[in-house]
Amino acid sequence: MDTFAALAHGMAIAAQPMNLLYALIGVFLGTAVGVLPGIGPALTVALLLPVTYKLDPGGSLIMFAGIYYGGMYGGSTTAILINTPGESASMATALEGNKMAKAGRGGPALATSAIGSFVAGTIATIGLAFLSPYLVDIAVRFGPEDYFALMCVAFITVSATFGDSPIRGLTSLFIGLVLGLVGIDKLTGQARLAFGVPELLDGVEVTTLAVGLFAVGEALYVASRRHHTEEKIEAVKGSLWMTREDWKRSWKPWLRGTLFGFPIGALPAGGAEIPTFLSYSTERRLTKYPDEFGKGAIEGVAGPEAANNASAAGTLVPLLTLGLPTSATAAMMLAGFQQYGLNPGPLLFAERPDLVWGLIASLFIANTMLLVLNLPLVGLWVRLLKIPTPWLYAGILVFATMGTIAAKPSVVELSMLAGFGVLGFLMRRFDFPIAPVVVGLILGPIAESQLRRALAISLGDPMTLLQSPISATLLVVALIALVAPFILKGLGRFKANED
Amino acid sequence: MTDSAGTQAPGRGVDKAGIVIAALLAAVALVLVYDANQIPATTMYGMGPQVMPVVIAIGLGILALANLIDAVRGNLPPRESSDPVAVLLILVGLALLIAIIGFGGGFILATTALFVTTSAAFGRRAFATDLIIGALLTTLIYMAFDRLLTLSLPAGPLERLL
Repeated sequence: MDTFAALAHGMAIAAQPMNLLYALIGVFLGTAVGVLPGIGPALTVALLLPVTYKLDPGGSLIMFAGIYYGGMYGGSTTAILINTPGESASMATALEGNKMAKAGRGGPALATSAIGSFVAGTIATIGLAFLSPYLVDIAVRFGPEDYFALMCVAFITVSATFGDSPIRGLTSLFIGLVLGLVGIDKLTGQARLAFGVPELLDGVEVTTLAVGLFAVGEALYVASRRHHTEEKIEAVKGSLWMTREDWKRSWKPWLRGTLFGFPIGALPAGGAEIPTFLSYSTERRLTKYPDEFGKGAIEGVAGPEAANNASAAGTLVPLLTLGLPTSATAAMMLAGFQQYGLNPGPLLFAERPDLVWGLIASLFIANTMLLVLNLPLVGLWVRLLKIPTPWLYAGILVFATMGTIAAKPSVVELSMLAGFGVLGFLMRRFDFPIAPVVVGLILGPIAESQLRRALAISLGDPMTLLQSPISATLLVVALIALVAPFILKGLGRFKANED
Repeated sequence: MTDSAGTQAPGRGVDKAGIVIAALLAAVALVLVYDANQIPATTMYGMGPQVMPVVIAIGLGILALANLIDAVRGNLPPRESSDPVAVLLILVGLALLIAIIGFGGGFILATTALFVTTSAAFGRRAFATDLIIGALLTTLIYMAFDRLLTLSLPAGPLERLL
């Protein structure tokens, strides 16, 4: 189908009044939850998944698009105003943004981040709309062995290549893979790792894992070290608006950030950390005001924020066309699709174009809504930040458990939630990245069934993995990505924990 | 992160916690192999359901070894002192929540218990105030999600009064 026609059709779907309302609710909820300190977009999506249970798939995915972008926007507000980035992708924003807020320029910092996110999000979504059909054309030629090899690449890059320690990253990934084994094997009906507990036969719920690791784990961790930290909220003083000078200094970083963010996000390697830090260091090198960097330079907020948003739209490319999540947030989006029995990938484009293009179109709408909604409402978001920490985390835990209670009110499921919370706490304490666990849980079973399908077709001959040129190339890429961090220790500069 | 009190210096000495982590990983690997052996072998082309657990177990075994080497060399990242009472209080709250749900006490009672223990874990001592705030918040959530959005949340004695 012609991209323009498809996109126009998607716009018509997304612009229906009910769907506009869903997008508005999603943007609002996403920002409200995302702005809470310590809550990144992945957890925002996980916490709000149960809310969308009762909607039809179209409406719920549109709400999701809003939650996704809203959660990201909320995260940068927190990074600027209290210097606690909810995820590593907003760490670069916090560097200059918090300094700007301290200097009484919180308003322009928030404005350049909101407008930059809008510009980058819009350009990147156009990129998504035009790139996806080409990738779908390639993806339909993928056999099961090629998919398996592609997933190996994603496993390695998400866990080993860009983390602090490849060993700890791989350990996290394997914890996720073990959890993915639990339950009835889809091909033979045999139970694995269920130990006779009927609730375990369905497998580990992605939302239970994500909420346990991110929300409960984070609450435990923050509580355990509350004597170490002191958070200070910077008031938004002075004008909210950007001056002519601010605009002049912002527009180039926005565009450059987008150029870094979208292609890197779209690669099946994942992670918004690299584009945001690349953008930060580029702006630092190109700026005409080098002495302002480190003291609150607007370029250092504009660039990384644009890169962050563009790479978020970029990660939707492998997610929608290949069914490949490359970040914790994308894994949660995939869980949202699976909630309705939908599997993203080339088939979804062919079978449910209304759904896919409706989602892509509503990304544009969500982006516009954020811009209109957030600058006027910034006072409300600041007030949310002022909730005292004890009540904030108590409330977060009540909401977190509510999701599980609503989905499966069983003692086993709640105990799993608590257990994952303890796991998340220990992983934070011992500095294991969290995102690979979620990616391992959701991608592990898919990779296994692709491998088994490939081997069934080849009558059990493992050489099929090397005979397909696509698969052989991808496996070599995976191998290089695995070995590289051990050889080049310098790659470990970028932290890969997204929580 | 600026507080250096209670921070363990990296790079020297054996890290006992790291050895426990390595042992736990090895134990999980053994459970995987044990469980895979319980699966009756089915004759089919390619690989059966028992293969992947063994592959993952081998990976875990290697990672257990790598983690052990890191621990023995003291290569774990430094960590700050932590407050066990706070962690314990939240865990008690979660245990109370599970027990109350399990015995049919309903959503409001269960989540209020969690609310009060969590805010105590974060250092609040105004027990009665938190109890009232928690009860109000959870009642509001119950009304909004159970009645308005028709999610089914478990009902106990309190919910039946509403």
